[in-house]
Amino acid sequence: MAILVFVESAEGKIKKSSLEAVGFAAAMEGDVTAIALGSEVDESELSSLGNYGASKVLHQSDERLNKGVIQAYSSVIAAAMESENADILVLANSALGNPVSARVAIKTDASLVSNVTELPDTSGEFTVKRSIYTGKAFATVSLTKTRKILAIKKNAIELKETGGSASVESFDSPLNDADFAASITSTDKTTGEILLPEAEIVVSGGRGLKGPENWGMIEDLAKELGAATGCSKPVSDMGWRPHHEHVGQTGVKVSPQLYVAIGISGAIQHLAGVNSSKNILVINKDPEAPFFKAADYGIVGDAFEVVPKLTEAIKAAK
Amino acid sequence: MKILVCITHVPDTTSRIAFTENNTKFDSNGIQYIIGPYDDYALARAVELKEETGGSITVLNVGTQETEPTIRKALAIGADEAIRVNAEPVDSFFVAKQIAAVAGEGQYDMILMGRESIDFNGGMVHGMVGELLGIPSLSPVMTLELDGNQATMTREIEGGKETLQLNTPFVAGCQEPIAEWKIPNMRGIMSARTKPLNVIEPAEDGTATKLEKFELPPAKGDVKMIDADNVGELVQLLKNEAKVL
Repeated sequence: MAILVFVESAEGKIKKSSLEAVGFAAAMEGDVTAIALGSEVDESELSSLGNYGASKVLHQSDERLNKGVIQAYSSVIAAAMESENADILVLANSALGNPVSARVAIKTDASLVSNVTELPDTSGEFTVKRSIYTGKAFATVSLTKTRKILAIKKNAIELKETGGSASVESFDSPLNDADFAASITSTDKTTGEILLPEAEIVVSGGRGLKGPENWGMIEDLAKELGAATGCSKPVSDMGWRPHHEHVGQTGVKVSPQLYVAIGISGAIQHLAGVNSSKNILVINKDPEAPFFKAADYGIVGDAFEVVPKLTEAIKAAK
Repeated sequence: MKILVCITHVPDTTSRIAFTENNTKFDSNGIQYIIGPYDDYALARAVELKEETGGSITVLNVGTQETEPTIRKALAIGADEAIRVNAEPVDSFFVAKQIAAVAGEGQYDMILMGRESIDFNGGMVHGMVGELLGIPSLSPVMTLELDGNQATMTREIEGGKETLQLNTPFVAGCQEPIAEWKIPNMRGIMSARTKPLNVIEPAEDGTATKLEKFELPPAKGDVKMIDADNVGELVQLLKNEAKVL
């Protein structure tokens, strides 16, 4: 069974969520070929995908693909499914992967399921489990078409290193003007920081922080934990923090190993964005804050006192 | 400017989720239904664009008769007419086919919808519609400005955003802060009663997935409370119990 995996990179490195997608495909016991697009990804990164289970990596190193052009990406990926005879495409759920995979599904007449949380069951019909209602429930669905596309939720599987190495081949699917009908004129992106949807640990602040000038202690704690920073909706609405840090129902949904909520009361819309976290730590001065009911660990206390102490204690424990 | 806004009819974001019929049906008992929050952003931006440039807004929903109050609300917010495709929105593929069929008839300059529905969270329909119609599809779109038939958008990417330029027609999956949600006023509510709501039968059949069953996540264990003066204990728990440090 040939499986194609679309991998994304950031700052030259393959994203962790894409490594998970490769690992997911390998765990399906398929013959895994990965495909990477654009000229900015390091060649050594591509061959190292073998370490996660890919036997071959296709690379279309066209610099027009250095930005995530949705139509062009979907054309190349559909062409690669065709040329590899891959009936299955696996990719990470992401701001780029999802809109791309939707177009690929139509191009290749495939069944597509996003937010996949577990390996498929192929003993009878091909079924997968996916999260629905913004993490409040799960559905098991069968994919009824011959071709299937699975967009995997982040941190859905644990990464395993196999020690293998993959061969890298160049790929050159023709692209036309229509593929670039939407032209990306500029990109405004943080660099050198851990991306929120990719993070193992997320430290978020809410209105309890009182103002953007107090974010230093959130950043200090995040740095000590190797975490990304997030925030609640009011904080993003008031412009204290950029929108791409907003965690919740209408913002980023995260599924880290540890989510730390500081000065966030835990409205149901915020919880919807974090309920797939493996562990939740809540720090709030209000013992009645609803977030404590959804937490694994809680401290009732003033964030301005507790957070610096916690940062020091973590530093000391290293 | 002719704008098609596609809306979902979904449980309110505060809903408690439960299932019936041996975990094969959503339990709608006591559930308040709303326009999908992301779709509501798309609709609000459509109303603003209509105010700026003129034109008309058609709102489209794929759903059974029970979605009509939700459709009327969209008319009250500012859509001029509505189309309901009389069918259960079985999966993204099916819904995308219905939207593409309606769009193919209507010569719309843009098709707006939410980045995803908040029930199934597929986030797929806009891309499928774009591909079916052979036009660009962008999502998640945070701002949308028009100058004649040229659109400038910003799209959220991980860790930031990108700015795009393209010509109409296109499909956009919208999210905040594209516009502020609009609350219908009394005049809107009154006029919505008489605006046309056309019911049509599904154009094309065909699904790509089949629902087998639903399940709820396992119940959460009790929270362990740690004294604010004892953060050392917390660090030990994070290290040895949660194993995250």
